[in-house]
Amino acid sequence: MPLLEEEALKLSEVQRLEGHTDRVWGLAWNPATGADGVPAILASCSGDKTVRIWQQRSPSSISFDCKAVLEEKHDRTVRSCGWSPSGKQLATASFDATTAIWEEHGSDFECVSTLEGHENEVKSVSWDASGSLLATCSRDKCVWIWEVLPGNEFDCVSVLTGHTQDVKMVQWHPTVDVLFSCSYDNTIKVWAEDGDTDDWRCVQTLSESNSGHTSTVWALSFNVTGDKMVTCSDDLTIKVWGVDIIRLQSGDINASWCHLCTMPGYHDRTIFSVHWSREGIIATGAADDAIRLFGESEDHSADGPSYKLLLKKEKAHAMDINSVQWSPTGSMLLASASDDGTIKIWKLESMQ
Amino acid sequence: MTLGLINANPIVREKKERITRPDVHLHEAVDPLEIYDILLYIELNHDDAVIFDFRSIDIVRDIRDPEHPYSLEQLSVLSEESITVDEKLGRILITFTPTIQHCSMATVIGLCLRVKLKDCFPPHFKVDIKVAPGSHADEEAVNKQLNDKERIVAAIENPNLRQLVDECLYSSEL
Repeated sequence: MPLLEEEALKLSEVQRLEGHTDRVWGLAWNPATGADGVPAILASCSGDKTVRIWQQRSPSSISFDCKAVLEEKHDRTVRSCGWSPSGKQLATASFDATTAIWEEHGSDFECVSTLEGHENEVKSVSWDASGSLLATCSRDKCVWIWEVLPGNEFDCVSVLTGHTQDVKMVQWHPTVDVLFSCSYDNTIKVWAEDGDTDDWRCVQTLSESNSGHTSTVWALSFNVTGDKMVTCSDDLTIKVWGVDIIRLQSGDINASWCHLCTMPGYHDRTIFSVHWSREGIIATGAADDAIRLFGESEDHSADGPSYKLLLKKEKAHAMDINSVQWSPTGSMLLASASDDGTIKIWKLESMQ
Repeated sequence: MTLGLINANPIVREKKERITRPDVHLHEAVDPLEIYDILLYIELNHDDAVIFDFRSIDIVRDIRDPEHPYSLEQLSVLSEESITVDEKLGRILITFTPTIQHCSMATVIGLCLRVKLKDCFPPHFKVDIKVAPGSHADEEAVNKQLNDKERIVAAIENPNLRQLVDECLYSSEL
């Protein structure tokens, strides 16, 4: 990983995407695009109740144009969006308490299904690695798991209770069907299907007593191999957690996560988003309008890995940053979304 | 469920004589006294008894006859000292004192403050709102909810809550 050596890094602004008329809350890169001659596609969702689809002009250019606006569906803020692993469907989660599923038909996107059930604002949506399960979470404190069936049928297979407050984000593990959620109750919960009973249940809670966060946990992200997870919080820290990945992948639902490292002192306002790139760089987006990049430090103690700040981009946006997402294709592109209503595309390069 | 007024006998202070201050302009320095002037015109109509579970933003309203339409200044909720501005960092801190220890109106007051102040200063300014230390039984929990941006946005989008906030703000302009 040459970029993590002691070379200076720079994050250059490539493009600023305008169009949304309210804050941009979430971003999602279409995983089936951006490589092999296929132009990259990025979805963004906003307080203006719409979702915008941005497409790279050509595989060799880093210019994005707005290809579609998904509107007149959600009645309130669209808070989160996520593509299925095949890239064929986009799920959008809204404060109107619904989750919509969209498919591209010709040059338009059509809503093919609406998932109802949450009592109030849906905050996040996530597809599992196989695309056969979808998870959503809400201020109603619940996490719902949906099974994806043929004909755009989505059946609820479980309503998971346990969080004592608003659930901010759900995220499936990258390789196994284990679900993670983080909440206003300051905890992260791990949910898995019990092999004996076929019921989903909470198998672990990471709270203050296990070196967890002391305020709302806003987001979580896995490294490419899935043996580590990074979380970010209103407590102004990011934390790295690890698991015995062999055990987890062998189907042991009790393989537990333990705290590896806490990074305090780098952020002075709420950290809303964190995302781990395939190359191992952790990006954060915070309420101080800055983007920060962290990487594993060479001099780790015997206790485990440690991380260092690689770069701080101050005033990356004019207002709070709500989401940062690395492009999945190794192009070293980072997208950021802000309260200022814009999305920025950044390129990470070494200065040499 | 019917409710009595949450605070049937607020302590009401004399209104201070109004000094005319120039309008706030977005490009000038942010003056705490100007913010104070904008805010002190918010009136809380205690005619609406509001049950407010400060752990969630669901409200139940029980409408009564008007009884105590007093401004935040008169109820000592805000004073000129309540507002601090850090021009360099672009931060504004507003501290208010809910009228009684268990005032469930704290979150509504917080929303009113934010809606009233929206667009009053350059967009890079960050506003934090807290209850004065020692002024509320569940200070930490209330402060957390007062400053959760996502919860604030969702609350303002909620038509019932928005209507309540608009009524508080509108009545002060009469």
